[in-house]
Amino acid sequence: MEQDKEFNPKIVAFLCNWCTYTGADLAGVSRLKSSPCVRIIRVMCSGRVDPTFIIKAFKQGADGVFIGGCHIGDCHYSEGNYKTLRRVEFMKTFLEEFGINPKRLRLEWISASEGDKYAATTLEFETEIRELGPLHLVEA
Amino acid sequence: MKPKLALYWASSCGGCEIAVVDIELKILDVAGFFDIVFWPCIMDFKYKDVEAMQDGDITLCLFNGAIRTSENEHLAKLLRAKSKVLVAFGSCAKEGCIPGLANFYDKKTILDYVYNDSPSLEAESKGVYPEMRTNMPEGEIEIPEFWNTVKTLDQVVDVDYYVPGCPPQSFQIINVIEAVIDILKNGKPLPPKGTILGAGDKTCCDECPRERKEKKIKKFYRPQEIIPDPKECLLDQGIMCMGPATRSGCDALCVKANSGCRGCYGPPPNVMDQGTKMVSALSSVIDSTDPNEVKEIIKTIADPLGTFYRFSLASSLMKRVQQKNGEDKNRKF
Repeated sequence: MEQDKEFNPKIVAFLCNWCTYTGADLAGVSRLKSSPCVRIIRVMCSGRVDPTFIIKAFKQGADGVFIGGCHIGDCHYSEGNYKTLRRVEFMKTFLEEFGINPKRLRLEWISASEGDKYAATTLEFETEIRELGPLHLVEA
Repeated sequence: MKPKLALYWASSCGGCEIAVVDIELKILDVAGFFDIVFWPCIMDFKYKDVEAMQDGDITLCLFNGAIRTSENEHLAKLLRAKSKVLVAFGSCAKEGCIPGLANFYDKKTILDYVYNDSPSLEAESKGVYPEMRTNMPEGEIEIPEFWNTVKTLDQVVDVDYYVPGCPPQSFQIINVIEAVIDILKNGKPLPPKGTILGAGDKTCCDECPRERKEKKIKKFYRPQEIIPDPKECLLDQGIMCMGPATRSGCDALCVKANSGCRGCYGPPPNVMDQGTKMVSALSSVIDSTDPNEVKEIIKTIADPLGTFYRFSLASSLMKRVQQKNGEDKNRKF
């Protein structure tokens, strides 16, 4: 089919309930254009994002994984996002070793009032993933 | 008629076979209770002996070793058909183990290294690759095909039970064998399919006798850089220990010997990926909130992927590292 040839990146976004998810909501209510390629999964805290989720997302066909959390110091659970920060740094090393471009994983701190930042960063991430092209993983 | 027992080694080191013999006098119970019909490591049987059996003829088959070649796969399928109960015995069959680390590379890279680039090769043997088929006076002979990716037993055939460990500890093997004899003798019901036998259902840390404090890690030490305190938690001291992401059952063997857990009992219950769980565990204890410092601390871990997936790469979510210049076209970073 014609439309299959066009690459529409699949971006899985894990957004924290208190900041980024609300920020994404604000972007919507403010009628800002954000990336339509993003599939949002709401989590209570960005610290809930187990590194396994990231690998599983790529494995099940995501071209990019976006994690959004509260700004450092603003975490609803005081230090969940510090854990996220360390995990994401770790996972970037991991992805690189697995042969996956670490740019496919992105962590952003977006507060509930930053609808514009949500819209801008998701659009930017989409462009980046488009440039990287689809992620084809081999198993055998 | 005695129940029939088969043991087979696919891609493995033979350590699992040693572990079975290592059950000492209990081996006499095994030999007395079972009729051993196939055990290439110990006794002389041929593949045609197995091929001649009826389907389901073997009561219990303990299969160790990963699936590396076409021969391994053939035997896995053959023994699956001939066995009532097929057990993935040991880490290789269950998780891929050390042979599974070959999934860091592809077939070509491995063969090129072994037959061409390895520094230990003599000049005249460089570039001499094995031929799949050779014509001999007696006819054509062939060697098994080497697969690109190492697989676990359950990625090839249906597996009934798993016994983890590299190798499974003798006391656990005794437990399993006693349970099996009890089931067969007294007609007790079999455990549910997929049960992990001969192991605990917690993490290695649960069995570890060391004293744990609140963990704060600034640097990971390699074994030669530090003399470990014999009482304190190894991870607390900055020594890599896979305990938090490893199933219990070995009775904390390595940590008792002052060495970090290597993770051979595989992921604990309800964990699908040992490596990422370890990332998760370590991320909680790295003592820094500065991204650059975190990067530096992570850099002090030698070979994180190989360490965290030392035993479970072939059964991890990713299963293998993407081929060099491989499917991710833009692999330039």
